Amino acid sequence: MSVLRLTDISKRFGAIQALNGISLSIEPGEVIGLMGDNGAGKSTLVKIIAGNFRPTHGKMSVADREVEFHRPIEARENGVEIVYQDLALCDNLTAAANVFLGREKYRWIGPIRILDHAAMYKHAGGLFRELKSETRPRDLVKQMSGGQRQAVAIARTMLSEAKLVLMDEPTAAISVRQVAEVLTLIRHLRERGVAVVLISHRMPDVFAVADRIVVLRRGTKVADKAVSKSSPEEVTGLITGAIEVA
Amino acid sequence: MSAISTTLDETINRQTHGPIGQLLTKQTFWVFIASIIAFAALSLSTDVFFTPSNLFNVARNCAFVGIIGLGMTAVIITGGIDLSVGAILALSGMVVGMMMAADYPIWIAAPCALLAAMACGFFNGVFIAYVRMPAFVVTLAMMSLARSLAMVLSGNQMVYQFGVDHKKLVALGGGSTAGWFTWLADVVGTDTSLGAFFTRLSELIYIPNPAIFLAIFALIFGFAFRWTRWGRYIFAIGGNQKAAILTGVPVRQIKTSVYVISALMAGIAGILQVGWLGTITTGMGLGMELIVIAAVVIGGTNLAGGSGTAFGAVVGAVLIEMIRNSLTLLGINPFWQGTFVGAFILIAVLFDSVKKLKQDEE
Repeated sequence: MSVLRLTDISKRFGAIQALNGISLSIEPGEVIGLMGDNGAGKSTLVKIIAGNFRPTHGKMSVADREVEFHRPIEARENGVEIVYQDLALCDNLTAAANVFLGREKYRWIGPIRILDHAAMYKHAGGLFRELKSETRPRDLVKQMSGGQRQAVAIARTMLSEAKLVLMDEPTAAISVRQVAEVLTLIRHLRERGVAVVLISHRMPDVFAVADRIVVLRRGTKVADKAVSKSSPEEVTGLITGAIEVA
Repeated sequence: MSAISTTLDETINRQTHGPIGQLLTKQTFWVFIASIIAFAALSLSTDVFFTPSNLFNVARNCAFVGIIGLGMTAVIITGGIDLSVGAILALSGMVVGMMMAADYPIWIAAPCALLAAMACGFFNGVFIAYVRMPAFVVTLAMMSLARSLAMVLSGNQMVYQFGVDHKKLVALGGGSTAGWFTWLADVVGTDTSLGAFFTRLSELIYIPNPAIFLAIFALIFGFAFRWTRWGRYIFAIGGNQKAAILTGVPVRQIKTSVYVISALMAGIAGILQVGWLGTITTGMGLGMELIVIAAVVIGGTNLAGGSGTAFGAVVGAVLIEMIRNSLTLLGINPFWQGTFVGAFILIAVLFDSVKKLKQDEE
């Protein structure tokens, strides 16, 4: 069973062919490093999977069932979660409030429905524990380190038992120590059987954590191979076009 | 392994600040302390401040600002602003006054006034949330619009008589708990022991009705901010609107709702104020929006959005009214009032800016 299968996906914006016949299959618990230069079509591909765009051509199936996403919420309902580049966190709210934002837990006092703060703190604490992250559910996000913020954003994806998590440049703007934390978080997702698509420019991060590398160049897939059978040099060549196809 | 998981558990379960440490960082708390000190100082230094009739006045006057301030707090938490509350107060007061003068009973006139106010707020909300015009501009336009409508409605006449329910309206805005207790005593019979008890209470406790409204609304808003979905979402929108949209918060509906609620609070204050004044004038609520915003900001709500409390709005309103009242009592030229209020706004915001400067340095 594949978590996600793309068959011959193309996307055209007017005269521009952003993606050209992309086929890709992702298995449970697999970490895919999606690489490519600016404008290679990484973001477009991710936005199609996440339901922001619809492909001009091609088919997409989640858990071997064909799907068509018209809005991001539909992708989420099908177990596809996104960690946005800027993490989409509210600094003024607690970690738990951010995890549950838009999916709050409630309880009833007579006829009145109120937020169940205690349950949300407890549940969020459990998620952070699973991620082995020292993140306190009651702390405000504005007081948190980059790694903790990532943990909050990733914990959000674990609420719904996501099958696939798309991560857009999670290590682009954080310190070396925090990068290590994020990579650990990704490994914990993999241990839970969650497939991860990691979009990144940073070669060392991708090689540290990914099982498979997919390289896009000018909207076409030019490589799709196990990390162990590739090298940073080869991938650099593939990204720039020095190596045609691998 | 067990040692590691214990420490991780401990870290996850630990609280960063104790409740007292947290309190000391809150601007609202310090403004509250300042209000108590001012209250004590005024009570000791003048003979006229700590008298039943003056306290009654202070409580009633700050209630109007506080009631509108609660709605304004919701608006400001989402990162918006509502400049139209003074004009909406006037419109609501005018609708209730003119309708009652035309012999409509209060239970028809008051809901109509509130509907008119909410319609203005809905108009604000739609233009801000759906058409995405800046709140400042939309509510500035509404400020002009609502006041103009109020003046058209008035037909440029003064009204002192509010028809069949004149007494009810005046009691609602100008009355106090004394009236309620007297009414209760009448109901159970003044010659019974319970009736005598109520009569006694009516002689002892004078809380103006607008202040009771303020207390009830403050509790409702405080509850809503902390315990409801709506409260959670207004803070989320003020903190990071893009994140709120991405996580599926119904941002446009929630944003519209805060302007409707702000207008509703202004409408309620309008009805109460007509009852208190016993007349309607087109100058009602003139400049009110600025006093309300000042009170809310002094109470610790950040104009940048994302933070604010119901208690802060009440404390801010009380502090401003005490300043105004005491300056009058001390025989200081009333033209100085603006200077003091302005200085307090600066001090309150300065507090926040200094905190931010410190954080940036770290």
